[in-house]
Amino acid sequence: MGRKLLLDKAHIEGIRYYDTYRNNGGYAAAEKALKSMSPELVIEEVKKSGLRGRGGAGFPTGLKWSFLAKPEGVPRYLVCNADESEPGTFKDRYLMEFLPHLLIEGLLISSFALGANCTYIYIRGEYAWIPDILEEAINDAKKNNWLGKNIQGTGYDLEIYVQRGAGAYICGEETALIESLEGKRGNPRIKPPFPAVKGLWQSPTVVNNVETLAAVVPIINIGGDEYAKYGTGKSTGTKLISACGNINKPGVYEIDMNISVEEFIYSDEFCGGIPNGKRLKACIPGGSSVPILPANLLLKTAKGEPRMMTYESLNDGGFATGSMMGSGGFIVLDEDQCVVRHTMSLARFYHHESCGQCSPCREGTGWMKKVLLNIENGKGKMTDIDLLWDIQRKIEGNTICPLGDAAAWPVAAAIRHFRDEFEWHVTHPEEAMIRNFGLAHYADPLPVVATAAAV
Amino acid sequence: MAVQFSEENLNKVKEIIARYPEGKQKSALLPVLHLAQESFGGWLSAESMDYVASLLQIEPIEVYEVATFYSMYNLKPVGKYLFEVCHTGPCMLNGSDNIIDYIKETLGISNGETTTDGLFTLKTVECLGACGYAPMMQLGKHFREHLTKAKVDEIIAECRSKAN
Amino acid sequence: MAFRGMQSFRTMAEEKKLFKVKIDNITVEVEPGTTILNAARLIGGDVVPPAMCYYSKLQGSGGKCRTCLVKVSKGSDADPRPMPKLVASCRTTVMDGMEVGNITSPEVLDARKGVVEFLLLNHPLDCPVCDQAGECDLQDLSYEHGVSATRYEFKRRTFDKIDIGDHIKLHMTRCILCYRCVFTADQLTNKREHGILGRGDASEISTYIQNSLDNDFIGNVIDVCPVGALTDRTARFKNRVWFLKPVDAKCECTKCSGKAVLWLRGDEIFRVTARKDKYGEVEEFICDTCRFERKDPKDWTVEGPRKVSRHSVISQGHYVGVHKPDETIAKVMDGRAPKLLMDIHDISEVNMPAVDLSKIDGPAHSNDFPKSNGVQ
Repeated sequence: MGRKLLLDKAHIEGIRYYDTYRNNGGYAAAEKALKSMSPELVIEEVKKSGLRGRGGAGFPTGLKWSFLAKPEGVPRYLVCNADESEPGTFKDRYLMEFLPHLLIEGLLISSFALGANCTYIYIRGEYAWIPDILEEAINDAKKNNWLGKNIQGTGYDLEIYVQRGAGAYICGEETALIESLEGKRGNPRIKPPFPAVKGLWQSPTVVNNVETLAAVVPIINIGGDEYAKYGTGKSTGTKLISACGNINKPGVYEIDMNISVEEFIYSDEFCGGIPNGKRLKACIPGGSSVPILPANLLLKTAKGEPRMMTYESLNDGGFATGSMMGSGGFIVLDEDQCVVRHTMSLARFYHHESCGQCSPCREGTGWMKKVLLNIENGKGKMTDIDLLWDIQRKIEGNTICPLGDAAAWPVAAAIRHFRDEFEWHVTHPEEAMIRNFGLAHYADPLPVVATAAAV
Repeated sequence: MAVQFSEENLNKVKEIIARYPEGKQKSALLPVLHLAQESFGGWLSAESMDYVASLLQIEPIEVYEVATFYSMYNLKPVGKYLFEVCHTGPCMLNGSDNIIDYIKETLGISNGETTTDGLFTLKTVECLGACGYAPMMQLGKHFREHLTKAKVDEIIAECRSKAN
Repeated sequence: MAFRGMQSFRTMAEEKKLFKVKIDNITVEVEPGTTILNAARLIGGDVVPPAMCYYSKLQGSGGKCRTCLVKVSKGSDADPRPMPKLVASCRTTVMDGMEVGNITSPEVLDARKGVVEFLLLNHPLDCPVCDQAGECDLQDLSYEHGVSATRYEFKRRTFDKIDIGDHIKLHMTRCILCYRCVFTADQLTNKREHGILGRGDASEISTYIQNSLDNDFIGNVIDVCPVGALTDRTARFKNRVWFLKPVDAKCECTKCSGKAVLWLRGDEIFRVTARKDKYGEVEEFICDTCRFERKDPKDWTVEGPRKVSRHSVISQGHYVGVHKPDETIAKVMDGRAPKLLMDIHDISEVNMPAVDLSKIDGPAHSNDFPKSNGVQ
């Protein structure tokens, strides 16, 4: 069994409720932080832990916190990003549904560290039943003086409010989230200024993912140094992975970041292998935005080393032969899946979710979707594949926010690794309507040229 | 005015506005629009939106801009039961297309349409964050997950019996 | 390289440290807080990035169209690392020692070509019937940075034309969503009634419930619109901009400065606009009365011809220093008169100004002109 820090008590019946949570060691970290530590010390522990943002970008949390501007007489805000909308990702939902007090405790410690007295949880609108769970937990925490005025006699005040979104993936981008929280369209802001200087209502603001804030609890409990002993290298601690697609046991798993991708897919502790004895074709290891990898590059890096479930190893080889940890949305495709169709569905998603503010994303995402639909429906041309490549290239890096990149990468990676499958769709339009390209050579060992041995 | 929140909902609006600093009542727009949609027939008419604007003391256009941006606000009347079926990548891998076809066939409507009895509306949506429990749909406040044809039949029957 | 503006900054330089920034290898000193785009405008000429959404007079504008992307190859003297992505020059402020590539950066030119293609993707390219033609920023941009053919093979997005009020026509199909008109309504008028509705490529500028825009200064949305999406209903289809003669004129106005440009043919005022600088930006916003209602030359005092300094077709009818050939047509043709297929005056009075074109409600039509000699 891997070591757990977040979900270690998830199996306890009633852990969703205050009493059970408290009786099982809950709010001990908050007590420790508020009563025996200074805000600076809390930030120091988080820095020492090496915790990286769990929302997708992987930015060091302690560093992000240290950027927060602290002008006199201006309120500071912490906003919890619970707008989990990346296809393949559903880990935050699990945390909020089953361990709401863990999030609230994390919010309390983090708000204390940042000097915020008012904190908002911005949750995606479709998770319509979760605000009730969170609000109940907030009320119970309040009754027990973990929120409200003069918390546990320390003189620290904190209010937490839950705000529901209304259906917009873009609001997961921190400045779009802030705009939405201000009651506006979710258009990302042009940076600078960054939220740490001018965020919510022009005040300094930190936006952190649910899992990131929950991870602050074990960090304070066991100390930053101890937390950093989990995982590998710069991938410290544990990470929640939401696994889905063609696997036997889809769900949310907490991994100590020192296991291999192969173990994660095939071991019974995690995904439990691929159903019906089918073979692995491809996988998107970190949510729909990150590059898809064929089986051969997923299980082993181009250097022939086993690929691990860490930020660094998943990124090994850059985008040429690697991918990213992203938000931990692990999507597995078996040999019967069509990469063209899957890519089309992701392109359709990004087209639907583009806010429309800047031209490359507004116009480019729809264009990619239409070209992919043509290829998928047997109306594609060979030149369409190069056209797609060129469109994604002209979107990537040229947009206001990362949604442009997120829309471009899946298309780029699909063409990079599965070009034969696209070409087959073009050359065999009728056949492509009735059957899939199949596994082809995507699970074959990499040619030796790709390794240093060939030199 | 034809649309008007109940006393209880008006208090709720006040409570929501109180979450934000003085003068930032526009922040209450999203939650109040949700409330308006629930209270006024499952969709937002121009009249409802104007009412929300007046409650929050903002210009109507500011409400329209927001209401048309977010996919959860319905700007046209919908059936009593709105089936929002996800068809993004992970759901697609698990056969969401078949489920959508089956619903279309069973109810005799296509995407975006409402049955003539006004009971059901079908809407395909993008990822709802239940990828591990695919295929799935949202029905009202809750998710219906691990959909099969049999489960769809059950859900339709359940809705029909509730409606009667 | 000498540049304008240096003099005016010199006195300030003594009090305030200026930032040195190098754009396309030309160094300029600017005040801290200046954007790259405005620094480039101080240099002038070809190194100025094009801007479709940025408007110096509208707070918060810019950053959206992405045509002004530039490469920052050196961040500053203090931190010389290059910026990882191209940046929007209209919203990125300079740092001391910054080095920027605009037209010298192949990466920038390539990205800009992409942006132009994206902007034109759903644009109707109806320049032949568009009133903005000849003074359209998108037209200029496409000539400079675009390609001659499109790779888009799908149906273009279209919207119905709508009247927003008595004076303004909204042709959403042409819009590039620069948001300038929204900022204008926000910042110039007391109540904004139009805005951005919808999301993604279905976004549109609209009023949702067909409100008419009725505000003293709302007409300025026409002037700030970089394309032909918002046009003046009192001037639509009346004439081509390059057939009209722009003059600076002034009137006594209680609402605005009264400083405007009249677009004339003969003595007839076809349209009134604000005065625009060389970057196409309005110098002083004018009120709706001046714009839409003062079409009588008696209302105005003409100050002199308006110089349209940009390389625009507007200047095409007003060549300066061009020699007219000495030879008359008759001389060239050895005394023969040119043979006309038809004399336009036989069938229409269109060029005989018995009819006041600007008074016709709607586009001019042959029925509006009396037939002088019975020839159909």
